[in-house]
Amino acid sequence: MLYDIWTVFWRDWLVLKRRIGRFILSRMVSPILYLVAFGWGLGRSIQVNQGSYLDFIVPGIIALNSMNISFNSVGSPLNMSRVYHKTLEEYLIAPISSISFVIGKVASGALRGLLSSLIIILLAFAFGAHALITIWFAIALVLNCLVFASMGLVAAMVMNTHEDMANFNTYVLLPMSFLCATFFIPDHLPTLLRWLIEFLPLTHASHALRAIVSGGETPVLSLLIMAAYIAAFCGIGVWLMEKVRE
Amino acid sequence: MIHIENFSKKFGERTAVDNLSLKIAKGEIFGLLGPNGAGKTTTIRVLTMLTRPTAGKIVIDGCEASHQEQHIKSVIGVVPQHFNLDSDLTPWENLELHGRLHHMMPQVRNQRIEELLKFVELEDRAHEMVQKFSGGMKRRLMIARALLHQPKVLFLDEPTVGLDPQVRRRLWDLIRHLKNEGLTVLLTTHYIEEAENLCQRVAIMEKGKLIAIDTPRALCQRLGSYAVEWADEEGTKTKFFADRNEASAFAATLVTTTTLRQTNLEDAFVELTGRKVAG
Repeated sequence: MLYDIWTVFWRDWLVLKRRIGRFILSRMVSPILYLVAFGWGLGRSIQVNQGSYLDFIVPGIIALNSMNISFNSVGSPLNMSRVYHKTLEEYLIAPISSISFVIGKVASGALRGLLSSLIIILLAFAFGAHALITIWFAIALVLNCLVFASMGLVAAMVMNTHEDMANFNTYVLLPMSFLCATFFIPDHLPTLLRWLIEFLPLTHASHALRAIVSGGETPVLSLLIMAAYIAAFCGIGVWLMEKVRE
Repeated sequence: MIHIENFSKKFGERTAVDNLSLKIAKGEIFGLLGPNGAGKTTTIRVLTMLTRPTAGKIVIDGCEASHQEQHIKSVIGVVPQHFNLDSDLTPWENLELHGRLHHMMPQVRNQRIEELLKFVELEDRAHEMVQKFSGGMKRRLMIARALLHQPKVLFLDEPTVGLDPQVRRRLWDLIRHLKNEGLTVLLTTHYIEEAENLCQRVAIMEKGKLIAIDTPRALCQRLGSYAVEWADEEGTKTKFFADRNEASAFAATLVTTTTLRQTNLEDAFVELTGRKVAG
């Protein structure tokens, strides 16, 4: 099984290696824009919790960016491969288990999320942010990447057109990237909305990353919730891989 | 080698394959014919473990599909109808991925990849991107991929659709060559002459049901070995005769242009299914 996971991962790694230059360059664009617009531009006059706004949003930007990259590196290629190119069949007719496929794909998506987060962290330091990077920070980040890579896999297996995939992005990921404690603390929002936001995985990623970066207590509960999301999405993913044969 | 018993597949209310039973021997090239929507592709998908049957038993290489799916997957090679090569990879990488998925040892794998690329005459393009390949090259690469792990059964779904005549003939030679090495081949095709050329036995399907199964020769003889074809106001007409003299006597009674020829599989197909297919 480990070998099969490696095979699935190896294929994605091969493709990433070929495009690594382009991958890194394109991943720099949106974080730079966020850092300029919200950190330098808008954020200059804002103070949050006695710190600069730049320091406040860096964990948020990392959370939302690792979400987008992890989700989309699994979601759109897998959706295309299932619906249009039919390359998914190559894995379906191979003597490997669905679990191996799911773990391999999610791991390779998470790797891309982590690489792009590393780029943001370096950029953020270049912009003058202060952050405490610890082992817990890495754990929270890995968990967030895994949550959204596995969510991408589920979406790719459920959505039947490229357009539906784009809609999923618009209705699920886009609202999360603005609302889930990325750019502001959602304490002043109406109770019902706040309750809903508390439920979403990205909120826990932002909370956890921010708490760790500012040297606060280790946010164990948030980490556990993210782990639960990963288990749930991977479980659904395996189930969908089996169901695709019905 | 392949043993299908009372197999049915339903998609919701629609029955794609209805109570199909079939036995294919080791080393046989078996053709599955039928008009569009007859259930050929569904049958192949079920036999290649891509879809699960609604009812019935499927045994390949002595293993039952419902229990030993992974074993069956390791002894079959599949060339689907559509091009499903990984276009982000080179031919070599496509084959390497396949070899890894089938748990081949690196040394054996590399040797097989080299052999097969030579076999399908793509060895000098092994490291270009698949994206740039023509239809025939892609099809050949897909056949190489299906053979890489030395399967016992090869499934070919419309292997020569959309290919130039030269390439088609080369593929036919290739398939015959494989049969001589003891491989069992099941292919579906739209091209009647392809079945006639390649297959020891053919099955004709229509609307999910098996309506005939025999050697191409025997299917033709059922109608009569000779055919007289002529055209009148209603269109082309054909009449079959067991004897050449009878046929020419009949042809002499017609006043229009007539053709006297041997009965072919297309005649049998048209008579059985009542529809003309693309030839």
